[in-house]
Parts: sequence; C-alpha cells; structure tokens
Amino acid sequence: MRAAGIDIGSRTVKLVVIEHGQLVLTQKRLTLHDPLEMASELVRGVNYDTITATGYGRHLFKSLHECGIVSEIKAFAMGAKAILPRCRLILDIGGQDTKAISLTAEGEMNKFEMNDRCAAGTGRFLEVMAAALGYTLEEFSKAALSAKRPEKINSMCTVFAESEVISLTARGAARNEVALGIHKAIVSRAVALLRRVSPPQEVFFAGGVALNECMRALIGQELGVPVFVPPEPQIVGALGAALHAAGEAHEMRRTVEAVEVNRL
Amino acid sequence: MSNYTQMWSDLGLDLNAHDALLSILGEAYQSIFLSQKDRPEGMKYFDFVMSEVHGLRIRELLDAKAAGRKVVGSYCVFVPEELILAVDGISVGLCAGAEFNFEGAEEVLPRNICPLIKSAFGFKRGLVCPYVEASDIIVGENTCDGKKKAYEVLAPMVRDLYIIDLPQMKSDAGKALLKDEYRKFMKKLEDASGRKITVETLKKGIEITNAKRKAVKRLAELRKADPAPISGLDALLVNQIFFYDDPVRFTNSVNALCDELEQRVKDGVGVFPQNTTRLLVSGCPMAVPNWKVPMIVESSGAVIVGEESCVGERGTRWLTDEKGETVDELLDSITDRYFQIDCAVFTPNPSRVDHVKDMYRRYNAQGVIHYSLQFCHPYTIESGPVEAALEKAGIPVLRLETDYSQEDAGQIKTRVEAFRERIEAQ
Repeated sequence: MRAAGIDIGSRTVKLVVIEHGQLVLTQKRLTLHDPLEMASELVRGVNYDTITATGYGRHLFKSLHECGIVSEIKAFAMGAKAILPRCRLILDIGGQDTKAISLTAEGEMNKFEMNDRCAAGTGRFLEVMAAALGYTLEEFSKAALSAKRPEKINSMCTVFAESEVISLTARGAARNEVALGIHKAIVSRAVALLRRVSPPQEVFFAGGVALNECMRALIGQELGVPVFVPPEPQIVGALGAALHAAGEAHEMRRTVEAVEVNRL
Repeated sequence: MSNYTQMWSDLGLDLNAHDALLSILGEAYQSIFLSQKDRPEGMKYFDFVMSEVHGLRIRELLDAKAAGRKVVGSYCVFVPEELILAVDGISVGLCAGAEFNFEGAEEVLPRNICPLIKSAFGFKRGLVCPYVEASDIIVGENTCDGKKKAYEVLAPMVRDLYIIDLPQMKSDAGKALLKDEYRKFMKKLEDASGRKITVETLKKGIEITNAKRKAVKRLAELRKADPAPISGLDALLVNQIFFYDDPVRFTNSVNALCDELEQRVKDGVGVFPQNTTRLLVSGCPMAVPNWKVPMIVESSGAVIVGEESCVGERGTRWLTDEKGETVDELLDSITDRYFQIDCAVFTPNPSRVDHVKDMYRRYNAQGVIHYSLQFCHPYTIESGPVEAALEKAGIPVLRLETDYSQEDAGQIKTRVEAFRERIEAQ
C-alpha cells in the first residue's frame, strides 16, 4: 500500500509517498498565490492509496480531495519520531510558523508552543532581512557565521526590524554583524519557545530554516545541546502526514519507523 | 427592523454605522449559531432575543424608563444586580465584545489595551450601542488598571458614570471596603430612583437574581452528560444573554431549555457524538458577540463543556444568602457573595485554580483551554502559574492569547486541533 502525505505550508508545498516503510517519492514546490491549485498539481498523476493533508492549507485541500487531516504540530511530531526514534524535543521553523514540540517518554506529542499571528522569527523574517541586506539566503547564513560579534537587533516585527536593519547599515555597521544579530534574535525567540515546552535536551530541528547553518549552530550553542537536522528537514511534516495516512490503514507504522533512518 | 429606526434615532445612534453593525452581527449569528446541527428547540427563545437585542429589548427598556424605572448599565460581575432590582431598576451588561470602531477608540486610548475596553469605547464613540445610550447610570468598577483608568476617559462621554472601588486582596479590610462601596452604591441607586431599599425589596431582588443563577447552574449541570446535550456555543450564548434579558423571563426560558435537555440526556441524545473530546475554557470573559474561540473549538471536533469565566461559572456559581432581618444583614450576605469572586485582579488568587480543577473533574473534561485577551495583564500573567498547576495535576492545558480580530484564526485552529490530537493520543 502506498501512503501519501502532503504538507501545504505558506511558502512551499511538500509531498511524500511511502511504501513498505520506504520513502518512494518526495516533491516540493512553491505555494505562490494558489495553495489549492499547487497542491492539486503536485498530487496529479501520483500513485497512492491513501493520503493525509497537513499544513495551513489542509482544510482547503480536503474540500477538493478525499483525505485525512492532521495538524502540522502532530505531523511534525510523527515525522520526527520516525526519523529519529529517540527524539523528544522538536523545533520547526517554517515560512510563517515557528513551533516547539515536546514528546512524552513514550514518544507521544506532549506540550507545544507556536508563534501567534505574526511572522516574527520565522523563515519569512529571514528572507525579508536577507533581502534588506542584499544577500541570498545562502550568503546570509555564511556572512553571519563569518561575523565576530553581532549587532543587536531589538525589534522582532518584520516591518520594524527591516527599518532597524536599514538604519544600522546607514550608520556604517558591518553587514555580516547585522546578519549575525538577526540570526541571534530569531534564535533567542525559538529558544524561549523550546524552554517553555521542555528542559534543554537534544533538538530535532526541522523546517526550511533548519537548512541555515548559522541557525543550527546558534540553537545548539544557546541551549548547550546537540542539534539533529535530517537531510531533508522540509519534508518532516509531509512524512508525518504520510505516516498518519498509513497508520489509519493499520499496516505500515512499525516498518516505516524502522526504515527511514537509512533511507533519509 | 425599520420599526425601530425612530427609536434608534431618538437615542442618538449613528444609523448607518448601526445598520452596518447589525448586518455583520446577523451574518455572524447565522453562520455560527443557526448552522449548528441538532440544536435544542429551547434555543429558539435565545435566537429571538438575539435577533431583537437592539430592537424589542431596547423598546422594553425605554418603556420601563417612561414608567419611571432606571436603567443601570455595567461592565462587570462585581456590580450587584440585587441592589439594582431592589430599587426596581433594570440591570444591563454593556456592549464590549466586538472589534467595532477601534480607530475611534484609539483616538482616546492607547493602541495596546485590552480589546474589551477598546470595544466598549468603540461602541460608545461610534454611537452604535443602544444600551449605553439608554442607561441612566453607567457603573464602572476598579478591577484592572486598564478599566480603572479608562473610566476616567469615559466619564465625560456619558450621562452619569458611577465608580465602585474594589479591594485587591481577600482580607477583612478588603471585605469591609467592598461592603462600604456597596452601601454607597445603594445610596446612589436610592437617590437616582427616588425609591428606598427595604428588607422586602432587597429580598425580592436577591430572589430574582438567585433564581436566574440557579437556572444557569442547572444548565451547567446538564452539560456533564456525554453526549453533550447542548453545544458550548449555545451554552455560552445563554450565559451572555444572562446580562441583557429581563431576569424573570430569562430564568423561565433557561428552565424550559433545561427541561428539554434533561429529556435529551435521558434519551442519550446530543449535539456531538459520544466520546467527542471535552474541553473546559478558563480565563477572560467572552462578551457578546465574542464567539471566536468557541467557534474554532467546536468546528475542530471538540465540545466545550464549561466556562470558568465571568460569562460563565465565575459569575454565577455563588448564590446570595436570602436570610437576613435587616437591610444591613442582607448587605452582608451580598458582600459575602461577591467577595468570593475569584477574578485575577485579586492577589493572591488561589481559589481560581482550585475551581478549574474542580470543574475539570465535575464536567468530565479532558483538557483546559486557558483563554486570555491580549493586553489583559491579570489573566495573561496568571495563565503561567495556572497552566503549571494544572499540568502538574495531570490536566492538559492549551494557553491562548488573542483579541477580537480574525487574523490569528488559522493559527488558533492549528493549535486547537493539535491539542485535541494530544488529548486523544493519551
């Protein structure tokens, strides 16, 4: 049986298909202005027996497709546990959300925190700040890593922080130090969410922002714990959704949990 | 509707803005309440009250005023309805539950203030609340700093603003202060109405108010059943109408609803399937038409089975002792009753968390949503210790902090769904 999971996020749509505990397909594309159309296009022609949707577009997807529904919080918990069975603390920084999730000793979802309403401290924030400094995302992370000291960024509001960055550079602050300051500001916010759900312990870092090397390093430093990043951190939610779809068919769960570590 | 145009105009309402408000309200009511499945027949009365909330009820108030009765508007459960009834007055809760004319409110208030206060000012300055305009006296109360200071700004905008001071600690001195304040309020009501409060009139006021409380307590009791015989939204609506309607008629209507619900419970009939996840809401009051969070919860596959809130059990759980041979003894009973209210403005406030635990058990709830209005310091600050105490007792808690806007509805829905998933995995 082939089980699919689709994670319709604010910036990208991710699709995962699993069969016999193996990842057989992963796909990603930009959400753009029409999440339902992008998601529908992504599943068109894809062969699966059952599918679960997650992400902010999940209910929209259900209006057009027969599917299960799972919140992205639960989906990330399921996906992370499948990739790293020992994981008990998860950080996901996506396009418009930051989530901290703790798991119980049995690996069930326990406490969670999420940024409310604004894009402060999310992937979108990083994108806007990189653009304000004239960096690509890759350059942005590299520049931050090269800085000896951070410029302090006070505002976490995307709009205010952008003007703060502009006035810092206008004052002649080093670009890479401003970049480091921005990374630090996001990290302190993410760490506060993590501390609210669990004492410091190894963090499973997922979501597009986990691709940022500087963020990974700073999270580990700040909490004093190892940070585990899966090879494809953006598909963790979609994998969780696929496991949800498979689980409802009562077959695959065990094997999937055992397998994906070598596959991913 | 148009029958009331002259009345609204005489009250000085801004007719265009008021029409716009009623039309938004009507649409919201249709999509949130009337679309629910298997609603009890007894809710028809409350639907009618809501459809006439700015119409027939206002006409009743104006007729009563013409007959010499006083209308007393207020924003808080610390204002004793017993005393208002004892001078044959009418007690009404004032509008503070919608994001309406916030730009007008922000001309006189800071932007970062709780939405309930901002809403009250939005309604007043937008001239769309017939209750405010019909009130002979508006009673403010020194609960939180936000309200206390905002009343100073409100005073010049209304006919007669009367302030009740409140203690902040549950001490003997605090209680003495409260009694003294209620005595002064009694005098204020007597002077305004030209009627003397006697043992008989006060006892009658207590009886009417107690009967109303007993009716909503009976309703609360029926929500223990699984399947839930009534939705949390409908039960909240009844608790909201508690503040507006004629008390005797309201009591009878709630009791009629309860008769029907009793039968439902016997027959095992409910509005959600059996074993639907049962949640308790605890925190800030939800004034009409603030239905945002309950709507999200109940459209996410969970049912709300109780409200630890001023619009809910915190406001109604205690009765006033009806015994007493003198007005002063009855005033003691009233003071005793109101002094127990465990609003977060008190410090410390341990009985509130005990009550949440107690409700969690009594209503067979499986989790608690702690609801705070943004910038409400008493409840947002208290939410941390409350969450810690409940989680320690093994009670799952989801902490929400929100306002009257819809911009965070998607995030709230995600969190509520994940909370339900967390509970269901246990």
